[in-house]
Amino acid sequence: MYVSHLSLADFRSYETVDLELDRGVTSLVGPNGQGKTNLVEALLYVATLGSHRVPSDAALIRSGADRAVVRARVVRDDRSRLVEIEITNGKANRARINRSPVPRVRDVLGILRTVMFAPEDLALVKGDPDGRRRFLDELAVLVTPRMAGVQGDYDRILRQRSALLKSAGAAMRGSRGAGDLRTLDVWDAKLAETGAQIIAARQALIGALHPHVAGAYEQVSGGQGAARITYKSSLDAAAPVDENPPLAGAPASYSEGAGDATGGLDQLATGRSVMPGVHLLEARLMDAMGRLRTKEIERGVCLVGPHRDDLVLELGDLPAKGYASHGESWSLALALRLASYRLLTEADGPEWVTDWGIDGEPVLVLDDVFAELDSRRRDRLADLVSKAGQVIVTAAVPSDVPEQLEGARIDVMGGQVTRVL
Amino acid sequence: MYEGAVQDLIDELGRLPGVGPKSAQRIAFHLLSADPTDVRRLVDALIEVKARVRFCDICGNVTQEDQCRICRDPRRSATVICVVEEPKDVVAVERTREFRGRYHVLGGAINPIAGVGPDDLRIKELLTRLASGEVTEVILATDPNVEGEATSTYLARMLVPLGLTVSRLASGLPVGGDLEYADEVTLGRAFEGRRRINA
Repeated sequence: MYVSHLSLADFRSYETVDLELDRGVTSLVGPNGQGKTNLVEALLYVATLGSHRVPSDAALIRSGADRAVVRARVVRDDRSRLVEIEITNGKANRARINRSPVPRVRDVLGILRTVMFAPEDLALVKGDPDGRRRFLDELAVLVTPRMAGVQGDYDRILRQRSALLKSAGAAMRGSRGAGDLRTLDVWDAKLAETGAQIIAARQALIGALHPHVAGAYEQVSGGQGAARITYKSSLDAAAPVDENPPLAGAPASYSEGAGDATGGLDQLATGRSVMPGVHLLEARLMDAMGRLRTKEIERGVCLVGPHRDDLVLELGDLPAKGYASHGESWSLALALRLASYRLLTEADGPEWVTDWGIDGEPVLVLDDVFAELDSRRRDRLADLVSKAGQVIVTAAVPSDVPEQLEGARIDVMGGQVTRVL
Repeated sequence: MYEGAVQDLIDELGRLPGVGPKSAQRIAFHLLSADPTDVRRLVDALIEVKARVRFCDICGNVTQEDQCRICRDPRRSATVICVVEEPKDVVAVERTREFRGRYHVLGGAINPIAGVGPDDLRIKELLTRLASGEVTEVILATDPNVEGEATSTYLARMLVPLGLTVSRLASGLPVGGDLEYADEVTLGRAFEGRRRINA
């Protein structure tokens, strides 16, 4: 797929801007602070309904304006769809597809897929687990848009349960009656139900991503060492020794879970039960919360669940975090992004997804990333992405764009865009 | 900022749900230029609603008597109770004209963030009503969001052991709509809750 047109109104620094784009490479060149990243941020917003730079939408609206509009025409398999999103401060955003309004903004997810490389990616390797969890969850939404709803519900349930644990803890210490501990069982069940789906999706994703990560790391690093990704769950830490197999193992059978609920109707017909291992994970979460209850109330936080899990990155047999050199860390970060791109480009998609569609190849965005890399990694990365369907590169100066990525060039200066080549 | 009374009125109106500062200003100036008898009627309605409207002793719905119209109606079945969060949900279900039972208004949903627990809802009153043994079925009609689902699960766990038939409203496709326009969460729910057809 590719984006043929992007137009913005009152988005970030832009009052209005129109940008024609084409297949192949387009570089956006201009000094820092001139609005290059704002353009790719808008593209990313259409793909993910979020920004990689700020957690809330308010910052996306040009100061002084009430609302921002992002319009992108996305061509997939020669059919084009116009996605329009209106971002309103303090009110619900609205979206239109091909000029007709959709009931929920979320409905636009899945139309545009992007994979973005940015200087911040180094934090995937060197930073805290929450960045890696976000990496997995965002990819999960690209693969199965339904996960956006599950993740939203999980966050809400997590906040409710944490609030309950805090007030229960205060009550136990004598400041208020018995608290509302009676409802904790209910929140446990809700957390286990949604949390299991998130863990199962991440595990399945890691299984599908792993061969791509190993391959891409070898290519980017020039054949040095083997990269490995595994899932580290708070469930394993919570389990008594010698009980329950670790989660890192092979996913459970796909037919597991048949035969409960819907009175003999085929469980495989619904998405939720098709995810490998969901029912086992749900039971293990319930079990872990049961055992951790006293500790959770004492501390007033949820101690087990996907929000405490991590994606473990290893080079050779050593954890990348703390052991990998700066160069190796970069290679690994690039390998994670390349692997996402390759997974989404697969012709058939992962085993558990039935509606993959054709021409799912995401748009590659490389935001200011070449300036960060040494010349060998920069060359190898440029070689690897030069064949992609659509690549959008931002750079401060033209010489930051590797020669393998010659293509259209657009200069960005003071919020104005000019096509140069 | 306006002077004195005008600004006071705008501030008060702005505290109402769904009224922003601009709407508040518009309403305030509308009231200023309105006929005094119209304004007097509005004032009377406001005073009246606080003075006379109360909550039904039985179900918790809004009423002007001790008991609401539905609870007083002998034609309504006393064996089925529909549990809802707010009085406005009673009106919504009543619009269907399908439900012949009675209601129980909880006054909200379990929401630890907002400090609302089971004791803050009218759950004790519901159990008292069920104690007579006349009720055989309870329909849980709380909102289909995280808090509403949690409230329903909590109630179901309490009521099922009492030997009652407990049901939850189905969630799924809107009637008269097109399958293709349903969002994936709703459609997924509809699949999970599908029914066997016995032809």
